[in-house]
Amino acid sequence: MSHEHTIKLKADNVPSKKHKPFIERLNPYNIISMILLCMFSIVFVFPFYWIITGAFKIQVVATQLPPQWFPLEPVLDNWVTLFKNSVGRWTFNSFFVAVSEMVLICLVSSTAGFVLAKKQFPGRRVIFSVLVAAMALPKQVILVPLFTLLAKLGWINTYKGLIFPAIGWPFGVFLMKQFSQTIPSEILEAAKIDGCSELRSFITIALPLLKPAIGALAIFTFMTSWNDYFSQLIITRSTNMMTLPLGIATMQGEYRTDYGVMMAGAALASLPMLTIFILFQKAFTQGITLGAVK
Amino acid sequence: MAATSLKLKSRRRFKKEWITSYLFLLPALAFFIMFVVYPMIHGIYISFFDYSLTNFKFVGLQNFKELLQSSNFHQSVINTVVLVLVAVPVVIAFSIFVAMTIYKKKEWLRSLFRGIFYLPAVTSVVSVTVVWNWIYHPNFGILNYLTGLVGMKPMFWLGDPKTALMAITVILITTSVGQPIILYVAALGNIPISYIEAAQLDRASSGQIFTKIIWPMLMPTNLYVIVITTINTFQCFSLIQLLTSGGPLYKTSTVMYSVYEQAFTFGNFGMASAMGVMLAVIIGAISIIQFKFFGSDVEY
Repeated sequence: MSHEHTIKLKADNVPSKKHKPFIERLNPYNIISMILLCMFSIVFVFPFYWIITGAFKIQVVATQLPPQWFPLEPVLDNWVTLFKNSVGRWTFNSFFVAVSEMVLICLVSSTAGFVLAKKQFPGRRVIFSVLVAAMALPKQVILVPLFTLLAKLGWINTYKGLIFPAIGWPFGVFLMKQFSQTIPSEILEAAKIDGCSELRSFITIALPLLKPAIGALAIFTFMTSWNDYFSQLIITRSTNMMTLPLGIATMQGEYRTDYGVMMAGAALASLPMLTIFILFQKAFTQGITLGAVK
Repeated sequence: MAATSLKLKSRRRFKKEWITSYLFLLPALAFFIMFVVYPMIHGIYISFFDYSLTNFKFVGLQNFKELLQSSNFHQSVINTVVLVLVAVPVVIAFSIFVAMTIYKKKEWLRSLFRGIFYLPAVTSVVSVTVVWNWIYHPNFGILNYLTGLVGMKPMFWLGDPKTALMAITVILITTSVGQPIILYVAALGNIPISYIEAAQLDRASSGQIFTKIIWPMLMPTNLYVIVITTINTFQCFSLIQLLTSGGPLYKTSTVMYSVYEQAFTFGNFGMASAMGVMLAVIIGAISIIQFKFFGSDVEY
């Protein structure tokens, strides 16, 4: 029995699975867990299926029971209603804020992470410990004092107020420090001996090696900003400065009973991230695993 | 003489290098100090004040005293603790189950399932609430339709004090498992197959292999997942603000939601900061306990 098991386990890790008896792959545990997994998958995928199909249903159809599983007569009415609101402006705001945060965070994090990993200078350890300790605290604990600070600066309801506070969050520095440690010191030493300036060796040697990490950080930053709700909620006041999630949430008050329009709004808010995720799943996975290695 | 001058020279060169390093650090540090460190310190400071739009008066520990006596705050703390005690173990068990099921599958299958379970995490919380609002809707929601098919009475899932918090917890769990699954798949893939093979040769059962080899090897990942899931659960706010506004009868109000309500509905910034400070202390204490319990180093 145990001998058979050994063979099975080995076969699993060897590229050719030809010799594995079919019946062994079908042991009851594997079958049950696969069935459970597929059932859970349906629960996870269904909301998105429903958002996307619901966006093309008229109200009567969207709320009928039993549900119409597939829109038999797709309509664009919901999208027309949706764009009667300031949806264009909200989408622009979301993009503008997310892209600004992404660019700024990648810039300041890659330089800071690089020197924290590769340079010796007084205070290096202390600075890094403080950054890591701050990360362990929940970000939202500081929202109230952050709000009073932004109010004093006059940054409430401005792009500055939406963008800059996010740059202070040290996750990016941490991620870039972790990744910079993989750059071989010999290359940097050699460049220094050849008379290469610090800035030039950073741009020509470190940056190209850091590209995958910067990519992962860029995607994460974009996603965090695009999907943010809480901090944008407290910083925004006027309809014009709202981001997409805020706008859709406000509409939820107004169109509470019009599910087709709400689904169209939800689809609009989630489709960009969904597309980015499907295109760059590898970068996501890499960023998550890298960020976890302490 | 020569040695001293050389030493001096090298020290000076080091200094010049230091300056470049500090310049590289400066932008990140400036933002960090201004938007993280300063608000943290200032938050502690204003928690000792009666601070509203019209008032700014030092009151010492008054805010904290009032909080400890407030039954609404007690309810929020209880709700938050229930949320953490239910969500964290479920997230971990579910993530390990999914990871164990998929980690030996072909690459495309692994990516597919990882992607499916990460979907709710890449979706805006507002979109998530739109669809769950419909799922839980008492009249035309799909949940009541499905439970009706098996003969159950329709429920007001988000409006009933008995079910509201659990209804929120379910959504929270679906949005929290994506990252842990990715981490567990990576961790399982790193376990050397020779360890498991050796155990197999020694006639270990699959249960023993899991508890004696796989589980200890997953410890560092467990620690990280527990810490981040706990922190995320403590911060649960948007789902509540969008779905129930803390109701019915404060049954879904979390500490984070109370902070928001105090500050931005009642305009009571001092009290809100005091809650924030208490929340930070609670989370800090829990993180330390978790590190003590799970912080074993595994090397392989």
